[in-house]
Amino acid sequence: MNIHEYQAKQLFADAGVAVPNGTVAQSEQEFDQAISALPPGKPIVVKAQIHAGGRGKGTFKDGFQGGVHVVSDGAVAKEKAQAMLGNVLVTKQTGDEGKEVGTVYFTEASDIEKEYYLAVLMDRATSKPVIIASTEGGVDIEEVAESSPDKILKVLVDPALGLRPYQARQIAFGLELSGDSFKQCVKLVTKLYNFFWAKDCSQVEVNPLVTTPAGDVLALDAKVNFDSNALFRHPDVVELRDLTEEDAKEVEASKFDLNYIALDGNVACMVNGAGLAMATMDIIKHYGGSPANFLDVGGGANEEQVENAFRILVSDDAVKAILVNIFGGIMKCDVIATGIVNAARKLDMKVPLVVRLEGTNVEQGKQILADSGLALEPADSLAEAAEKVVKLAAHS
Amino acid sequence: MSVLVNKDTRLVVQGITGSAGSFHTTQCIEYGTNVVAGVTPGKGGQKFQDSVPVFDTVQDAVDKEGANVAAIYVPPPFAADSILEAIDAEIPLVIAITEGIPVRDMAEVKARLASSNTRLIGPNCPGIITPGECKIGIMPGYIHKPGKVGIVSRSGTLTYEAVWQITCAGHGQSTCIGIGGDPINGTSHLDAIKLFNEDPDTEAIILIGEIGGTAEEEAAEFIKDNVDKPCAAFIAGRTAPPGRRMGHAGAIVSGGKGTAEAKVEAMLDAGISVAETPSHMAEALFKVWNP
Repeated sequence: MNIHEYQAKQLFADAGVAVPNGTVAQSEQEFDQAISALPPGKPIVVKAQIHAGGRGKGTFKDGFQGGVHVVSDGAVAKEKAQAMLGNVLVTKQTGDEGKEVGTVYFTEASDIEKEYYLAVLMDRATSKPVIIASTEGGVDIEEVAESSPDKILKVLVDPALGLRPYQARQIAFGLELSGDSFKQCVKLVTKLYNFFWAKDCSQVEVNPLVTTPAGDVLALDAKVNFDSNALFRHPDVVELRDLTEEDAKEVEASKFDLNYIALDGNVACMVNGAGLAMATMDIIKHYGGSPANFLDVGGGANEEQVENAFRILVSDDAVKAILVNIFGGIMKCDVIATGIVNAARKLDMKVPLVVRLEGTNVEQGKQILADSGLALEPADSLAEAAEKVVKLAAHS
Repeated sequence: MSVLVNKDTRLVVQGITGSAGSFHTTQCIEYGTNVVAGVTPGKGGQKFQDSVPVFDTVQDAVDKEGANVAAIYVPPPFAADSILEAIDAEIPLVIAITEGIPVRDMAEVKARLASSNTRLIGPNCPGIITPGECKIGIMPGYIHKPGKVGIVSRSGTLTYEAVWQITCAGHGQSTCIGIGGDPINGTSHLDAIKLFNEDPDTEAIILIGEIGGTAEEEAAEFIKDNVDKPCAAFIAGRTAPPGRRMGHAGAIVSGGKGTAEAKVEAMLDAGISVAETPSHMAEALFKVWNP
């Protein structure tokens, strides 16, 4: 689960990680109050809040340039904020459709001595949290890792022991800090790691981390992702979820425990099991089609879930045909066939449907489909089903 | 012959009285699995289906019934604790079926595993089956047939596809291991390949992988230098958009790492027969294996 920068900064502040002062506004009426809460006469950073990177270099749909502006006073800050709020920002990460800005974040502009990179994430190869730091901050870290891997510092943390003081010092020494900046960095790294662990984050990224001419160390940006599996123990984090940032169909699907991801093709699919669902998308592509979605209905889907799954699939206007691919194990084919028939009748589905059933009670399942009188196209193998559905999508 | 589980397996089921645990335990008993005990804290002294004794702790199941394999159906908030309990009871093989365990919990479990003699399979997996002898998990038993093909996979239903294709072609499986779809798991592709390689009755191997991480590449590297048995592979997720988790918590391409292309390339480089589609897994194996 993702959250906005302003929410991440608030969590950082609560956890004792130093961040610049900031305020938010979600309507024009709130601009004056938000801006006046910052120290007067000092430069202000105005930031559009969307769940995507590349905001600074982004462009709004009306031509306004940049989702991040540094301005000299409150009046200009208000102008920039007015141009952003309610406008749609397109960045390299949002895709062409962009994202509407519902919140503007104002922060005190910090004097920057030098920019660094700092992140904590779970390292799959070692099954341990890893702290990544670099003296090359404020830039794309993957490019740094590619071009100068020696500039990337990694410290693995033993999950049973937690971050040890010498490891926090390793980071601060590695960033070539000294004096008060060194001490502040050790403290910040320690607090950041503790936050990562306590809140079940999958990733915490600070890019850039900065030192000021006065020697202070601050997290100038904040990106936080949470492990969805652990949200049950963090109700406070769940409250930060912004549904307007997510695909409406994906939000709808999640209400019924359906694992759905919208894609831009025209062949929809409904599958049981995540691996088979991915493989079904792949085979649609293999036979010349383009998948409209990923949808895993899980191991024990019931009729209600099947019906809702169909409803979500056909709500996508781009969809020209649907492929149902079920390998019945625990989920019996006759049960799923009944669900398909009932849902197709109830929704009065117009798009062609290819159904491939295999596994437990497959003969009964096929009989139910055949007896339904619905215009369903049965298929015996996944390859045959994929070929059929791609042809149907092309001709409808 | 087979790997890890067989007719001598003495299974204890943790979470035996829950809905998933009781349903699947019934199926496993029907298949012929030797379920010797169940564990549900607070329900010690009861009997499951009037025959299987239920204990309060895993240690009791080991002491009184000689359990040597544990299956875990405990809900996600408590599943890591159940794995740790099984490790402390020195159960040599633990199979965690539970989906949705927090990654942080699994990082702690993994650290504990390193200092134990327990092997973990899963979590978030269908389980393990040696056809005709022992089924532990949620896979449909009847699609399997005793035979010579070892199968290892991160995905449940994709494993069933491969199993069914082999069975329909008139052959069978030695053992099928579902290692699960989570980013941190116990047994890896590589571990499973090593077991199959050493098993005299496994003649050929199918490896099923998907996007995310580099476990498939590590297995391919090992196969290249150490495995003479015929191997086929399928990798799911060629069309998955980067940065999205595809159902499985571990199925994500991040920062250009863990792509299907890189995995397929590693497989081909190791001389493994790669199936172009999930419908062609058995066919890919028969290109290199002539039973």
